[in-house]
Amino acid sequence: MTAVRGPAVRHKLAINRLRDRRPLDAAMADRFLARHEVPIVEGDRCTFLYRGEADEVFLIHRIFGLPDHLPLRRLHGTDLWYVTLELPAGSRVEYQLEVACSGERERINDPLNPRLAHSPMGSSSVCYARGYSVPDWTQPDPEARAGSLVDMVVPSRALRRDCPVTLYLPARFRRTARYPLLIVHDGGDYLRYAAAKTVLDNLIHRLDMAEIVAAFVYPGDRLTEYANSAAHARYLTAELLPRLEAELPLAGTPSGRALMGSSFGAVAALATAYRHPDAYGSLLLQSGSFVFTDIGHDHGGGPPFEPVVRFVNRYRAAPRPVADRVFVSCGVYEPLIVRNRSMVPVFEAAGMTVRYVEARDGHNWVDWRDRLREGLSWIFPGPQKYVYE
Amino acid sequence: MRVILLGPQRRPTVDTAIRSLGLDGPVATITAGWQEREADDGELSGLLGGRATNLGLYRRWLDTQDRDPGYAAAERRVQGELAELQDIYLLRLDHALRAVYALQRRAGDQLHDQLHAEAIAAAVAAVRELDAAHLRRVNGVRGEFFAELLPHDRPVIAAHRAEVAGLLGRAAALVIAGGHVGVLADVLHLFNVAAALSGRAGDPAVPVVAWSAGAMALTDRIVLFGDRSPQGPGHAEVYGSGLSVLRDVVLLPHARARMLLDDTPRMAVIAQRFGPGRCVPLEGGTRIELDRDRGCPPGTRVLTGDGRVAALEAA
Repeated sequence: MTAVRGPAVRHKLAINRLRDRRPLDAAMADRFLARHEVPIVEGDRCTFLYRGEADEVFLIHRIFGLPDHLPLRRLHGTDLWYVTLELPAGSRVEYQLEVACSGERERINDPLNPRLAHSPMGSSSVCYARGYSVPDWTQPDPEARAGSLVDMVVPSRALRRDCPVTLYLPARFRRTARYPLLIVHDGGDYLRYAAAKTVLDNLIHRLDMAEIVAAFVYPGDRLTEYANSAAHARYLTAELLPRLEAELPLAGTPSGRALMGSSFGAVAALATAYRHPDAYGSLLLQSGSFVFTDIGHDHGGGPPFEPVVRFVNRYRAAPRPVADRVFVSCGVYEPLIVRNRSMVPVFEAAGMTVRYVEARDGHNWVDWRDRLREGLSWIFPGPQKYVYE
Repeated sequence: MRVILLGPQRRPTVDTAIRSLGLDGPVATITAGWQEREADDGELSGLLGGRATNLGLYRRWLDTQDRDPGYAAAERRVQGELAELQDIYLLRLDHALRAVYALQRRAGDQLHDQLHAEAIAAAVAAVRELDAAHLRRVNGVRGEFFAELLPHDRPVIAAHRAEVAGLLGRAAALVIAGGHVGVLADVLHLFNVAAALSGRAGDPAVPVVAWSAGAMALTDRIVLFGDRSPQGPGHAEVYGSGLSVLRDVVLLPHARARMLLDDTPRMAVIAQRFGPGRCVPLEGGTRIELDRDRGCPPGTRVLTGDGRVAALEAA
């Protein structure tokens, strides 16, 4: 487990102690960097650094509530730049640096920080504030029996394309058993960036969740298919589901079926259940792009969000149960936090059982990975309570 | 019948327990709670001095699943019904226990004030009623299932039952290991281990040594519990009946690790729910020897009505 710990800081920050040193020169900066991990985490304060000649340096992040370009200050007499942010315990922040030099601006990962986070958009640096630790169940565990991944293709009349699906079958898969089914939107990204297979292997091994079959689905035109598309809902419910239930030993009841997704994928999950309210027992919605308007038409999301806004507005005006249980998670540092918080009472008013979890993280795959234990163990509880060794 | 209950066997004591019985002959073992790992019993066999004969109840259950599809389908149906019953019970239990805890909080330091005490007692009584009704319902469903399926008339099951009875008939003692208590209870019922344990004509009943889930499966009331799950503390819930060799005792293996034992108001509710039955923590090193017709012996550590763990005094 990787953890960043330390007492709440009361003493002078390292960077301020350095500022007071004389003579302050390149050699001093070298020694300072050799002594510290970057960013420097001291209590709730994190100091970000850049070393090099530049006209300006900015910290680029997506922490909702803070200016997204935070200027770094140059330490007099050196080419060391710094800015200190207060990050509450448990925070995890992805960021980059923007370096302006001779009229050129370049956005780079932090050369002083080896920690990287990856996503379909590329990589970025990541800061672990005090108290954040990489959950051990997200890392490969040699003790955990590995499930298997099987690729298949489902021809879809609804979507007018051949749809790839990656199936996860749990270790010791048996034809005589009956498994719940989890359908995962953006399946390839969950597998690649959220360690979904490792997480499933570990949570099943630790009895935190039931043995399940998961179907990782891949979008075609994502912004169309995942934005309340009738064709997508029909594909999942009238084409994929019957085929999987015919070919695999699945529970085949609403309580044994769940839809999962993040961002637009969460919209797709909700919209699919909305169109087929008797099909799915549970939803696992992460950082849903539940953009809506209370009045007027200015939602700020741009054209791709138009169908989403229409759908969410309609749902909020007349909420109805679309599943029995809904797990909702969102990062407090993402702009969607307000939208997701606003959906919780709406889901509850519709009569669904809701579990809502927030984390000091952003709109990213690692945040979604880190919430999977709470979500999956709630949606499909494991046999832990039955096992007494 | 002599029964020796043990705590979790991370540091094994089962060998000492078996030796203390002073018996000769094979020792039947049940490791079905380990499910797919049932056959990985080399260490246990070694502790028993190579005298172990594994009854292979999980393997027999898998075989039944394969060779008697009618039974397998019916079992899946009844498991679905039982799961639904458990969900409904848990929903009601959640509300009933929230009421108890809310009253405890409201009482604060005046827990023993008559008005508050009566309100809490009434709320606990409602939970007891719910627990009892659920147990009756679950046992009723299981009873109807066996009455309808007539397992003794089904060739595959009947053959396994005969083999199990034969092995148990030759055994000097029976050892039941821990593991998945639901699986254990199911296979013990399916292969009619209770009948074999109840004693053959003219023979004394076979002594039993059991730990953790194996011990729970001997009781008439299996209570599931776990305060350290990913979702936080859960409610102790009645699951069903085991072999009912032991009555009026609720066994709590690994209680220190799995329960918030220091939360005495919470533990008091558990003790009060299942009283006058004894709630008995089974920790590593615990050994309790008892007779099926007698209660827990003096010295047994139990949850008291005020939520502490204390040793029973002689009556």
